Amino acid sequence: MTVASALEMALAAVVLGVATWTIAARETFAAVVGFVTYGLLLALIWVRLDAVDVALVEAAIGGGLGGVLLLGAAARLRVTETPTATERPSATVRVGAALLSAAVAAALATGVILLPDPAPTLAPAAAANATATGLGNPVTNVLMAFRAMDTMLEKVVLLLALVGVWSLAPDRLWGGHPGPRHRADPLGTLAFLARLLPPVGIVVGIYVFWTGKDHPGGAFQGGTILAAMWLLVMMAGIADAPQVSSRRLRIVLIAGPGIFLAVGLAGFAIGSAFLAYPVAYAKPLILGIEVAMTLTIAATLGLLLAGAPERSAGQ
Amino acid sequence: MSAAIVFGLCGAAVAGLGLYGLIADPRPLRKIVAFNLLGSGVFMVFGVVARRGAASGFGGDPVPQALVITGVVVAFSATALAVALLLRLFQVTGSATLNTEAPAGTGTDPADA
Repeated sequence: MTVASALEMALAAVVLGVATWTIAARETFAAVVGFVTYGLLLALIWVRLDAVDVALVEAAIGGGLGGVLLLGAAARLRVTETPTATERPSATVRVGAALLSAAVAAALATGVILLPDPAPTLAPAAAANATATGLGNPVTNVLMAFRAMDTMLEKVVLLLALVGVWSLAPDRLWGGHPGPRHRADPLGTLAFLARLLPPVGIVVGIYVFWTGKDHPGGAFQGGTILAAMWLLVMMAGIADAPQVSSRRLRIVLIAGPGIFLAVGLAGFAIGSAFLAYPVAYAKPLILGIEVAMTLTIAATLGLLLAGAPERSAGQ
Repeated sequence: MSAAIVFGLCGAAVAGLGLYGLIADPRPLRKIVAFNLLGSGVFMVFGVVARRGAASGFGGDPVPQALVITGVVVAFSATALAVALLLRLFQVTGSATLNTEAPAGTGTDPADA
């Protein structure tokens, strides 16, 4: 454990400053821009904490897709900004909230300072069992093998969130296209970038997924990049979002958790328990699940951002 | 003071800021952003736990790192659902307030009209 360098001190101070701005900014749009900046800077902290896999996720979600989601919502809700802001709670409530928040932060800080030494760790166990899967990235090992149940349920949560978003559609638009129809100047910068970037982005996304077996990266990080490319194409109006009733789309959406579950159940027959991979086939099985998951993640994230169906078929 | 502790204290402060914004700001979208800050502060503290568990040639304990990745994904799903609910509230009532005394049904929903 080394002493914090000036760079790390400065990074922590800037992150804290941007977080304060995100809470204190008067305009929601400005706050969301602060939140995106915060997400990108936070990714640097994750790199300094030697968690490059987490840094990739944080940059992709906190700085990327989360920013698109919140900026889009802030733009649509801008007219409600002034009336709602006047409903500020009383000074008593605000002072109480400040005291409570300070107490929670102080308790967390005390917990950080009083962390046990030497720190408990599962790293030796993860290292000792790495040969069982043949993957070199310990985080992928944990996600896909040692704690595979968490990852499978996480994919189910993504799917449930999408079902929740879709179910907000008015009855007569059920099964239609999500979100507004995007139209952009066909000769403009957005349309240009939406043609230029996806071929590169798709290759990068697949690479990030593939390299995740031995190096930082993985299905989620790769899938997020693919989702971003799809969103770019949708926002530039080059391709419309698919109807949510499309059977092909739904097969892609359940492929990831479905194959994960099928392999998990097969674990009873070919392995020793649910989600137990036989050692000889562990690597191909994990990669097979990850291929399906990458596609599912890309489709689910893209549709989560597209929102609830707002247009019936053909509109 | 080690780098991990500095980032841990930063995470604790961010969680506190998020909690304050969640309670004190009346605008639902700001509450959603604040809730995300609260969550990411907690993840940062957990990241410090992972960093301190560095052993066996790894820069950190991979188990908490994997749990944080899962947590970020779940937090994003919940955020997307919350934003969709909020946009639907705006579509139906024409306002985006959580104040139950506000006049409801003043907006027009083009979808149901």
